[in-house]
Amino acid sequence: MLKIIVCIKQVPDTSEIKINPQTNTLIRDGVPSIINPFDKNALEEAIKIKEKIPSEISVITMGPPQAQEALKESLAMGADNAYLLSDRNFAGADTWATSYTLAKAIEKIGHFDLIILGKQAIDGDTAQVGPELAEQLNIPQITYVKKLDLVMEEPAKIIAERLLEDCTETVECRLPVLITVTKEINEPRHPSLKGVLKAKKAVIPAWNKESIFCDDDKIGLNGSFTQVMKIFTPPVRTERETLSGTPEEMSKILVQKLKERKII
Amino acid sequence: MDFNLTPDQELIINAAKEVCLGEFSKRSKETGESSAFPKENVKLMAEMGMAGIPFPEEYGGLGSDFLTWTVIGEEISHACATTGTIFGAHMLACYPIFIFGTEEQKKKFLTPLAKGEALGAFGLTEPNAGSDASAVQTYAAKDGDHYILNGTKLFITNAGAAGIYVVITKTARDKGARGMTAFIVEKDTPGFKIGKNEKKMAFPGLPNCELIFEDCRIPKENMLLSEGKGFRVAMQTLDVGRIGIGIGSCGLARAAFEEALKYSKVRKQFGVPISSFQAVQFMLANMATEIEAAKLLVLKAASLKDSNGKFEKFAAMAKVYASEMCMRVTNQAVQIHGGYGYTKEYAVERYFREAKLFDIVEGTSEIQRGVIANHILKES
Repeated sequence: MLKIIVCIKQVPDTSEIKINPQTNTLIRDGVPSIINPFDKNALEEAIKIKEKIPSEISVITMGPPQAQEALKESLAMGADNAYLLSDRNFAGADTWATSYTLAKAIEKIGHFDLIILGKQAIDGDTAQVGPELAEQLNIPQITYVKKLDLVMEEPAKIIAERLLEDCTETVECRLPVLITVTKEINEPRHPSLKGVLKAKKAVIPAWNKESIFCDDDKIGLNGSFTQVMKIFTPPVRTERETLSGTPEEMSKILVQKLKERKII
Repeated sequence: MDFNLTPDQELIINAAKEVCLGEFSKRSKETGESSAFPKENVKLMAEMGMAGIPFPEEYGGLGSDFLTWTVIGEEISHACATTGTIFGAHMLACYPIFIFGTEEQKKKFLTPLAKGEALGAFGLTEPNAGSDASAVQTYAAKDGDHYILNGTKLFITNAGAAGIYVVITKTARDKGARGMTAFIVEKDTPGFKIGKNEKKMAFPGLPNCELIFEDCRIPKENMLLSEGKGFRVAMQTLDVGRIGIGIGSCGLARAAFEEALKYSKVRKQFGVPISSFQAVQFMLANMATEIEAAKLLVLKAASLKDSNGKFEKFAAMAKVYASEMCMRVTNQAVQIHGGYGYTKEYAVERYFREAKLFDIVEGTSEIQRGVIANHILKES
């Protein structure tokens, strides 16, 4: 039985985050919460693996009690177990403290073969939690995976295609391994009607810092190496110009303008 | 009557709504105009568990009820009437097997239908048997442990795409309605083939084909209920089918109303949006009111069905009122769009053509009025 762990994050359902200029914090009021879209790709990939190879999928999230909703949706989609890491002391964690906390929870869950995360969250956009979690657990990592194959003959390994800026890189790695996935990897399914009924009845264990044996100085704000000094929305620049003419003419004008501005 | 949904019903309906809005709506123009069967939508309904909503889990169903099936049917038809009609016609095969089938028949046929592994279809209509269902000529001759079917069915929804068919035949030619018998027929049975797909006013992607039986041998284990009880099977199936057409009409009408409402707010004439004119406002008010009234009637029939009440009269009322309401509402939606509404650029042109199906199929408006009158006169 392949043990797969998927780490998800509940995020506000908007790509245009609004920020309170006084406090420099996200305005969450009135914004519905969703599972970070890339994390849904991570979960979908786990479910697709399970459809081919006997697997057990455990989903973890760290967040306030209402993050339970995201876990229920994961169960409805097809995850087997869900764990909520919720403790006031976890609040204010940066990516390092978050990955430490996730690692402690994964240690408590025990054996795993594959850990899957989305490449980044749409609110923070750091793309750091996946790689840092691999470091915390001391296992290899493959980021930005857009295609995944599992080879189960001993020694079991994965073959992953990474989506890089100008090329695709194919990497092979033995299990256990942590991967982060891009949206290209799959199309997440809708939770089935049966799934939502099952998930509704599920009791999701909530773990605090004691239950996963965290060191106080490594979690939450105390355990964070970085702190956000200021968040601001860059002013929207409305200056624009439409070029016209044949493609050749337009590209000449474009090159000239870019040169004028010393961009090229 | 109280239609307050339980938290479980709401949960299922919201999950279904998400797929309707996220998937079926997105490609409804393409689905509504293409002659290709919407395989992707049907597959998704199966994966979602929409194929067996009111049936027990032991037969692969969701273990919910007809009210939930009805509300979800409205969402599907609102998003895509073609998909909604396939969903409704599927029930016409599931329901008689659930009600009249033996334990073996339910295991063998209802389970794959409810799981969505096979699509269902119901074959009653023939070239000479429309409103007069007892005039069916497809003949099933007894031959030992088998029946040999010969004849042709017409306009059968889901034909070809379906794997399991409930077919109404004659086993005694001279006995009229009492000489009818229902059989379950599987797709690949020798002697059974799909004939011509009719070209219709709308719904090009919805199969409505002939079922052709030529010495088609059906084991007697596939007979529903017993010999001579086919008319009862057909009539009781149609009672539920009427809820399906009623709610499909509500879904389609709501889609037309929403388009009209949206358009009336952006279309400007005489310097103001046309929604500021009383003539348009009254049309919108009537449309919204009629949709709500029709929906309440359909939900009442479904709810009575769930509580084992006498729902048949209300199902006929719901069907005739909702389908005729849908004609009026889609007509007014075109009217509000003016000349643009007559063009293929706007969805209301298609909605208007689609609506006409509903006051004809599964018992014309005239037949429904006959059914209602029979009930009223018997009750008095």
